[in-house]
Amino acid sequence: MTGSSRLRPGALALALGALLASMVAGLLAGAADIAPGGVVLQLLDWLPLVSADSGLAPVERNLLLELRLPRVLLGALVGGLLAVAGAAYQGVFRNPLADPYLLGAAAGAGLTTTAAIVFLKGNGEALVIPVAAFTGAVGGVLLAYALGNVAGRGGGTATLVLAGVAVSSFLTAVQTFVQQLGVDELERIYAWILGDVGGGWGQITLAAPYAAVSVGVLLLHGRLLDVLSVGDDEAASLGLRAARVRLAVLLAASLATAAAVAVSGLIGFVGIVVPHVVRRLAGGSYRIVLPLSLLGGAAFLVLADVLARTVLAPAELPIGVVTAFVGAPFFVAVLRMTRQAGA
Amino acid sequence: MSRILARDLEVVLDGRTVLAGVGLVVSRGDWLAVIGANGAGKSTLLKALAGVLPCSGEVLVDDVPVRRLKPRERARLIAYAPQSPALPADMTVFDYALLGRTPYIPYLGREGRADREVTASVLERLDLEPFASRRLGRLSGGERQRVVLARALVQQAPVLLLDEPTTALDLGHQQQVLELVDRLRLADGLTVVTTLHDLSVAGQYADTMTLVSRGRVAASGAPADVLTEKLIDEHFGARVRIETGPGGRPGVHLERPDDTEPPASGP
Repeated sequence: MTGSSRLRPGALALALGALLASMVAGLLAGAADIAPGGVVLQLLDWLPLVSADSGLAPVERNLLLELRLPRVLLGALVGGLLAVAGAAYQGVFRNPLADPYLLGAAAGAGLTTTAAIVFLKGNGEALVIPVAAFTGAVGGVLLAYALGNVAGRGGGTATLVLAGVAVSSFLTAVQTFVQQLGVDELERIYAWILGDVGGGWGQITLAAPYAAVSVGVLLLHGRLLDVLSVGDDEAASLGLRAARVRLAVLLAASLATAAAVAVSGLIGFVGIVVPHVVRRLAGGSYRIVLPLSLLGGAAFLVLADVLARTVLAPAELPIGVVTAFVGAPFFVAVLRMTRQAGA
Repeated sequence: MSRILARDLEVVLDGRTVLAGVGLVVSRGDWLAVIGANGAGKSTLLKALAGVLPCSGEVLVDDVPVRRLKPRERARLIAYAPQSPALPADMTVFDYALLGRTPYIPYLGREGRADREVTASVLERLDLEPFASRRLGRLSGGERQRVVLARALVQQAPVLLLDEPTTALDLGHQQQVLELVDRLRLADGLTVVTTLHDLSVAGQYADTMTLVSRGRVAASGAPADVLTEKLIDEHFGARVRIETGPGGRPGVHLERPDDTEPPASGP
C-alpha cells in the first residue's frame, strides 16, 4: 500500500548528488587559479585504487589538500549539523520557525566559547571549548523556552521565537562584555564571531566526534518526532513519554549546534532554510526531513562558502553574511505561510 | 462484568479542582456518553480516563489498575482521540494512522510489516484507502474525523475514548461518523466512551449516560433516566421537551420559554 512517506532512494541519491556537486564546486573555486581539470584528476588520484596524473604543481596540490579540501569538508559538516539541528528543534517545539540561532542556542554557545577563549588564553582550548559550547547551547535554548512559556502560555509559534531573540540579544551583550575583558584575544574572537569554515583539518577532527554522536541520536529519533507532532496529550495516549523524547532530541540538537558553533562561529539561517525546502520537496515526516536536511544543509553551506569566496574576490565575505542574505527573506516567507495556516 | 471502572477521580488544574469524586462504570461492549454543560469537566474526565492528565483516584480496565501500567501497556488497552487533534498538515493519512502502532514499536525501533498491514486494513475498513497518500492538510472535516478514528483503531485497544467526535461536522457527517463508531463497536466488541455536547445525538447512540456538572457526577444511568426535563433544566439551564421516540430512546427538543415574545421588529 502506498501513502507512507519513507525516505525514497531517489531523493537520497539526489541529495547526495547535490552534495557531491557542491563539494566539487567548492574545490574548484578559490583565489588561486588551479586548472579545473587538474583538480578533478587530482581528486581521482587520491581515491584508493585509482591513479591519475593531475599535472598539478606540488604547491597547488598542497593548497588543495591543506586549504580547499578541509574548507569544503568543514563547510559540509557545519552546514549539515546546523540544518539537522534546526529540523530537530522544529520537531521538539512543534514550531516551524525554531532554529539554532533564533532559539538562543548559538548565542549561548557563542558566549561560553568566547569566555573559554578569553579566560583560557589558549591553554587546553581543544578540550574545553566543545564542552563550553554545548553547555551554552543547552542553556540558551532552555532560557528561551522558559521565557517563551512565561511570556505567553501555550503561545503561538512567534512567542518562542521572540523569546529566543530576546535571549540571543542578552547573551550576545554578555558575550561582548566578556570579550572586551580579554583584549589580547580580540582579534581571534572577532574572526571567530564572523563565522568561517576555513579552520582546517584540526577543526574537523575537533568537531567530528560530537557531530557523529549528535547526528546519530537525531536520526534515530525521526519516528518519535513524528509521534510528537500530534501533540503531547496524544503522544502520551499512544504510550510515549513525550518529555523523555524532547529531552533526548533537545540535547542532541544542542550538541550538534555547539559542535558547529565551536568550529565555525556564528552562521545563521541554515537551520531554517534547509528543512523547509526539504519538507516542500520530499515530505513532512521527520524520517525524511532529518537525513535530507543533513545532506541539504551540507550542500547549502558549501555553496554559500563558494559565493563568499568569489563574489568579492579576491576579498572574502563572511559566510554568515551570505546565509543571512538568503535566509532572512526566506524567514519572512515562512512566517507568512505559518500565519496564513493559522498556526 | 465491567470493562471500565473509575472511582473517586479528582483532577486539580492550576489550583482549581476541575473534577472531584467522579466515578463511572461501563460494561464490556457498551457505549457511554458523557454529557454536561460547557466547562463542566467532560473533556477533563476523558483525559483522566486516558491517563494523559495527572489525577488521583482509580481507573480499572478489566480489573487492571490502569495508572500502574507503563504508558505503552496502557496505550494497548485504551485509545484516545482529543476534541481537536493536532493534524500535521504535511503528514500523509497513512503515516498518521500508522502512529497508532506506537505502543507496539520499540522506543528506537521502526514499524514492521505487521504494523503496516494493520494500518492498511483499518484504512480499507474506513474507506480511506484512496486517501492513503494524501496530506492531512488537504482533507475535509468529515475525512479528518475518519482519519483520527482510523488512528485510534490502529491502536487495537479494546477501549475507545472519543472527545466530541462530531465537533464541526454537519448533520450528515455527524451521523456517518457515529454510525461508523457504532458499527465498529459491535463488530470488534469495543467499549466506547464519548463526550457529546448534542443531547439528542447522545440519546440516540449511548447505552448509558453520565451527566457531569461542575466537576461532579450529577446523574448516570440509561438515557431515559438522565435526559429528563428536570435534570436538563437544572444542569444546562435549558428548557426542553423530552419525547420518547422509536426504540424507547429519548428525543430532546429545545423549547422557547413561554414568556419570550418574538423580538420586536424595531425600537
